[in-house]
Amino acid sequence: MKNNKIFYFIVSLIVAIFFVLLLGLKEEKNYSPQSENKKLNNSISLKELYSGKNIFLNDLLLENELNLINIWASWCLPCKAEHPYLINLNERFDINLIGINYKDNLDNSKKFLSDLGNPYDEVLVDSDGIKSIELGAIGVPETYLINNEYKIIKKFIGPLDQDDYENIISLIKK
Amino acid sequence: MINQIGAYSLYICLFVSVYLILKSYISSKNFDKKIDQTFFATLSVQLFMTILSFFTLVFAFVFSDFSNITVFNNSHTLKPLFYKISGTWGNHEGSLLLWLLVLTFFLFIFFVTSKKMNVRYRILTILFQEIIILGFLLFILFTSNPFLNIFPIPDEGLGLNPILQDPALAIHPPLLYVGYVGTSIIFSASLAALITKTVDNVWASHIKNWILISWIFLSVGILLGSIWAYYELGWGGFWFWDPVENVSLMPWFCLTALLHSIIVLKNRNVFHSWTVILSITTFSLSMSGTFLVRSGILNSIHTFANDPSRGVFILTFLLFLVLLAVFIFFFNQKNFPDTYQRSFLVSRETSILINNWFMMFFLSVVLVGTAYPIFLEVINDAKISVGPPFYHKLIVPFLIPFLFFMALGPNIKWIKDKVKKLNISQIIFLILSFVISFFIVLNTNTNYLFSTLLFTFSFYLFFNVINSFQKKNSNLSQKVSHLGFSIFMLSILFNGILSKENSANMKVGDEINFLNKKLIFENVKVESDSNFKKLVGEFKLNDNGKIIHFKPEIRVYSQPETITSEADISSTLFSDNFLVFSLIKNDGFFNVRYQHKPLMIWIWISVLLMSLGGVFSFFKLNEK
Repeated sequence: MKNNKIFYFIVSLIVAIFFVLLLGLKEEKNYSPQSENKKLNNSISLKELYSGKNIFLNDLLLENELNLINIWASWCLPCKAEHPYLINLNERFDINLIGINYKDNLDNSKKFLSDLGNPYDEVLVDSDGIKSIELGAIGVPETYLINNEYKIIKKFIGPLDQDDYENIISLIKK
Repeated sequence: MINQIGAYSLYICLFVSVYLILKSYISSKNFDKKIDQTFFATLSVQLFMTILSFFTLVFAFVFSDFSNITVFNNSHTLKPLFYKISGTWGNHEGSLLLWLLVLTFFLFIFFVTSKKMNVRYRILTILFQEIIILGFLLFILFTSNPFLNIFPIPDEGLGLNPILQDPALAIHPPLLYVGYVGTSIIFSASLAALITKTVDNVWASHIKNWILISWIFLSVGILLGSIWAYYELGWGGFWFWDPVENVSLMPWFCLTALLHSIIVLKNRNVFHSWTVILSITTFSLSMSGTFLVRSGILNSIHTFANDPSRGVFILTFLLFLVLLAVFIFFFNQKNFPDTYQRSFLVSRETSILINNWFMMFFLSVVLVGTAYPIFLEVINDAKISVGPPFYHKLIVPFLIPFLFFMALGPNIKWIKDKVKKLNISQIIFLILSFVISFFIVLNTNTNYLFSTLLFTFSFYLFFNVINSFQKKNSNLSQKVSHLGFSIFMLSILFNGILSKENSANMKVGDEINFLNKKLIFENVKVESDSNFKKLVGEFKLNDNGKIIHFKPEIRVYSQPETITSEADISSTLFSDNFLVFSLIKNDGFFNVRYQHKPLMIWIWISVLLMSLGGVFSFFKLNEK
């Protein structure tokens, strides 16, 4: 008797998995975190934090400067910790720093920037986090170094520390 | 012409397959004591036809016959011969043909090597295996026929993905397939044994060889993929927890569990139903792996087919096989021999069961990490990304008890043993391991209690295995494999805490200093090879007086146009020095990444050692 229940349970489980996967086949296949050394997907567009205008991420990348993308959120404590490094970077060096605000409340994120200073040249809002995942984010904060071919050449996962900071500076100075 | 030969031989296979299914079904109902000679004849015909069809495709690739659409899409006259041949299975259609070839080949080998076994068991194994073969044949012929014509015949092909033009990757798929397909024999045979009520120690020692073959090939196949990722992807890692890597790891965990439980079945005649469940699960995981990789549900370099009808076919076929297995399992469950034998808590059986629990746990972690994002997206339309931290956090802590039990298990006797076994030498090993680990971790300023414990138990396992080599009674293959695993753990740990990395933008003539080393960018040359052009960088590293020259490359392939970075790695037994450079701007600057990775080569050697243990066991070297 007990075995019968297990049997029906397993069969229905397998059938359920089958249907989920069947539906999965029909989904659009944009679930592909971009790994390092791949070109940025040129279809990523997001709203700007203050104006609310839709902007393509690739349009913000500059040919003659080092491009950094920083994924952050006001609720994320490590982001606070790395914030001074970002401010320093943007004040002292020629660098194009683009912020992507990850799954955040707009008021909180604006307050975060007005309290701690805004190091970003542009801030884009990724309210559901999908575009960040497409970029390859695992969590916040993450910082990507991008070359002029729109390739991610280096990923800093987690908050930037002194070593990462010096590493970025060494790249800018050249 | 050549396309017709290939295609018609596949149709002949299809008829043979249908014939064999009917024939074996009927013979299994009213079986007589002797097996019909027609089985041998028809199986030989099928094998011959598959070989013919496969070599037809190889031939078309070698001679660049662009009237074949598969060759047109995946080859080019300028490709070196070796990659023309490997191009045969470097695409969706050809790789399926290879699957089919291994399927029929294994069935044939099974048939000729199982003469001592029960007649009905052999016939039923043929039945189940032919069902799988038929499924693959239908899949090949109706959704992915490699022998389609193209007219007018083009002069030149479209090329093979250059990132796949690599010796390790050329032989990685065939090895992995042998591993995967080997599990199909285990699946068919365990269903057959279940129906014929022959799941017992005789069956266990017969099927153990198939488990070993699959396990050895799967291990080496995964190893090659990993080596390839290490030097081709240019990021210095060897395992990325990419979904496609994970799908090959899942059957491996399952197969490793099966390899251990079959030993218990063989020696003690217990764990019948568990062994059968593992056999079914292993094959289902191999098939799901094929489904996930080939259907395009996961996006990756391995995804050849983005045609949804193919995905639907594999999925339906997979559902059919799994349901078939589940039905057969539940309706024949009462057939398990009633040979209850009492086992005690402290016994070899328990220690192997513990291995199985851990394997199942690791398997579930990887399964959740791989499948959950797909499920979540379908059900909730939400996207999550599961990365290395997830796997590390869930797997690494559990390695500590795993290593401990792995060290103790082989010392424990069958049926019942005394707890007093923890004698003085064990305590000395443990203390010694702890002291060594403590100083290692201390000197690397990663003063985690955690790394100390991991090191301690890895050393503890290592010492135990080394010690066991003195004893004559325990078996050689187990010792070699476990030694391999302990070296694997130690080299990963050393590699993890002692790796150093530096990246900088440099132009020719630049010199940078870091970590007491001096790196000079001496020159860049442009060279061309038969099917690509390359920029070769010349670097000199001065590491405290020791000079290492590096020549990393940036390759520009023309067919299709792709740029890849080839790292230059100088390997010694102690460490790897890894250097890769890539273009950043057009003003002469390159991004240069240098990595120092200690004991890297031991990761590969240790996996080979583990597999070697399997080879020893296969050739029965430990029974002498």
